[in-house]
Amino acid sequence: MGFVWAFVIGGLICVVGQLLIDLTSFTPARVLVTFVVSGVVLSALGWYQPLVNLAGAGASVPLIGFGHLLAQGVMDAVESMGLLGALTGGFTAAAAGITASLVCGVIAAVSSHSHDQN
Amino acid sequence: MKLTPEEYDGLSKQASPKSKLLQDCLWAFGVGGAICLLGEILRQSYLAKGFTLTDASTMASVTLIVISAVTTSLGWYQRLAAKAGAGTLVPITGFANSVVSPAIEFKSEGYVPGVGAKMFLIAGPVIVYGLAASAVWGVIYCFIRTL
Repeated sequence: MGFVWAFVIGGLICVVGQLLIDLTSFTPARVLVTFVVSGVVLSALGWYQPLVNLAGAGASVPLIGFGHLLAQGVMDAVESMGLLGALTGGFTAAAAGITASLVCGVIAAVSSHSHDQN
Repeated sequence: MKLTPEEYDGLSKQASPKSKLLQDCLWAFGVGGAICLLGEILRQSYLAKGFTLTDASTMASVTLIVISAVTTSLGWYQRLAAKAGAGTLVPITGFANSVVSPAIEFKSEGYVPGVGAKMFLIAGPVIVYGLAASAVWGVIYCFIRTL
């Protein structure tokens, strides 16, 4: 059942992004920024964790989940080190995803050549 | 006649407004859902290997990022993205694609001004505003705790 929820919730979150692109002509960068910031806000309000509990990767894989990760990281860090945690928690929680993406980018640039986008 | 992707988008939207929206949404749902399903399968298999809940989620994300980087290098991800739209953009694989794709494309401009800088075209704003929002939330949370 968890797999069904992952598919349905993940798919629905992507449909929201598609509606933003088609109906408001948001650029991809704007959609992603909107989703990450929304994720931080939804998580801060405590509304996103129930969705993660229900759908697992269906809620954590979309970029809203990345915002959720930032918000949760900041809360953990504030618990353990106080106000300084507001500055360290987000990057600490997102470190694996960001570093993996950047390292993959460098490796891909070194090892492959440009594809014709058209 | 040469068209930029934006102009072509505008023209194709004029030609078929309503059915295109439904079709786009079905593609986004199917492909986005499938990527999340793959993420959940990965997460469950990492959990079964004894990773903690948080670590299993992180490992699943990292695996998806690597898969996205490989398929982007091969040019497959872009081909799927042309159909799937937000279905390939919104998952973490879309974030990885937005880093890897310009890294390859701007290699000809050198490793520092090309690869290093252009990687952040989309990822940069995402990281900036995501971290800014999290810092604001951190300060608020710190005050809530002292109440």
